[in-house]
Amino acid sequence: MILIVYFLLPLWWLLVASTKNSHGLFSGTGGALWFDKTFALFSNISQLATYDNGIYFRWLANSFLYALTGGVGATLLAVLAGYGFAKFNFRGRRISLALLLGSVMVPLTALVIPTFLLLAQVHLINTTWSVILPSLLSPFGVYLMQVYATDAVPTELLDAARVDGAGELRTFVQVALPLLRPAVVTVLLLSIVATWNNYFLPLTVLSSEKLYPVTVGLGQWQSLANSNGATQTPLFPLIVAGSLLSIIPLVVSFLLLQRYWQGGLSVGSLK
Amino acid sequence: MTTTIRTPAARPARAARPPRAPKRRGGRRQWIAWLFIAPFGVVFLAFLVAPLVYAFGLSLFTQKLATGNAFVGLANYAQAFTDPLFLGGVLFVLLFSLVLIPVQMVVSLAAALVLDSLTTKLANFSRLMIFVPYAVPAVIGALMWGFLYSPQFGPLTQFFALFHQTAPNILDSHNVFGGLINVVNWQWAGYYMIIIYAALRGIDSSIYEAAEIDGANAWQIAVRVKVPMVASALVLILVFALIGTFQFFTEPTILTPASNGAITPSYTPNIYAYTQAFSYTQFNYASALSFALGAVVFIAVYIFLFATRKKGRIL
Repeated sequence: MILIVYFLLPLWWLLVASTKNSHGLFSGTGGALWFDKTFALFSNISQLATYDNGIYFRWLANSFLYALTGGVGATLLAVLAGYGFAKFNFRGRRISLALLLGSVMVPLTALVIPTFLLLAQVHLINTTWSVILPSLLSPFGVYLMQVYATDAVPTELLDAARVDGAGELRTFVQVALPLLRPAVVTVLLLSIVATWNNYFLPLTVLSSEKLYPVTVGLGQWQSLANSNGATQTPLFPLIVAGSLLSIIPLVVSFLLLQRYWQGGLSVGSLK
Repeated sequence: MTTTIRTPAARPARAARPPRAPKRRGGRRQWIAWLFIAPFGVVFLAFLVAPLVYAFGLSLFTQKLATGNAFVGLANYAQAFTDPLFLGGVLFVLLFSLVLIPVQMVVSLAAALVLDSLTTKLANFSRLMIFVPYAVPAVIGALMWGFLYSPQFGPLTQFFALFHQTAPNILDSHNVFGGLINVVNWQWAGYYMIIIYAALRGIDSSIYEAAEIDGANAWQIAVRVKVPMVASALVLILVFALIGTFQFFTEPTILTPASNGAITPSYTPNIYAYTQAFSYTQFNYASALSFALGAVVFIAVYIFLFATRKKGRIL
């Protein structure tokens, strides 16, 4: 199928290109879509580990830190809030829900510069927190969770647990949470991907190279490599190999968890 | 679901909803509900409401060298909406979504319909492969396509050499629009395809049988039965795509160094706001631009949802 070729071609290119050295990338045998006669993947990776004191792996570690804390945190908040909206009847619910739905439509990148200015006021700019804290905001996650919990958790079951003497927290953890699992995995994946892939926010709030996630780091290398003038720069093979390494964790986690997220992803569209 | 417990008069309004056990501990429940929502509420206030309020406040002032901050009311907004660079960026994202959205809809809908008609392991595998680009960061996607477009090491040069032609430079000012459309489409079509596919799976197959008995062929079933039934999924995708395009930032920024000036510092509204803030330290003006952009998207999406409400409630 043509579509599969279209969607996989760039990734195939990435795989092939990451095995080439500078010379192979520009004028190697076999062309752009096939392997060169020299196989340089491992030397590329070892160069990644040493270039600029191995800053690349620091970026990768930063990405993991931001994505895990931001993603897990956002999911936790979304599960709690979504359940609260779906299964409790409280004063102010209608207006809070309307506010939530409205905020799903606020483009998050329009918030980046205002968030930067606000964080600058409280002296949090250029810290780990300046990336993690804004990443906790996921109105769409709360919305998905609320839609899912409304249908997937029968109120009768919760009431039964309460009648049996379970406290609210225990009812939530032992009765509701297992039923919410597909939605939890979906929201978790979506928010981890969103944080891992984020570029605008870290680019704006971070100025120290050591705090960059891999997206911002590679972006800097790219503009550096282009301004250095094409062929001599040793950076291009590093960018390519670095790109390949940085997408592996996400692609693998998507493939491994596909059973869970595919069901949950459709929630928003079926309603 | 939405009324408070203590007003029996409001009860009839809930008749259409599934029955609920009566809640006698209403007061305590209210308190507990807020406990569940509070952590998110704090983040919501701190990173959505506060930045918006703060930016709006800043946007009403201007920094004067001699006198410091001065209140100028809506002057920054008046400046923004007469600023050819900002308006150029807005026009660009409008044109971009006008081209991108139909392309994306067709690609993702076609992929979903094809996959829906297959039931083999191959379909499962294909679906995952088409989805994979979504897991690739926009930065990496843009980098990869930048390399692929490059006349120096992309496959295009070779391909065109087969026909003794020189390859077009996709990153020059004539072609970069299409080049960006392709990057974004590649990145997102798989995600949209999954949403449509899931909606297709949700259709009761007895409807197809009925259509077949009425003499519909596969193509007619696809166009007349399947597409209308996933209309709400299509509306959802359209909204996502619209919100996404208006915040366009990452891909053009990454491709800028390779584009020889085809992508300018005011290419999209977000890039322009970033330039104003960090190249010219015009934070007040940048706030106005961000706030105006957010408001425009919000209003546009709201109007759009209102207009399509009859076709299916999505939010």
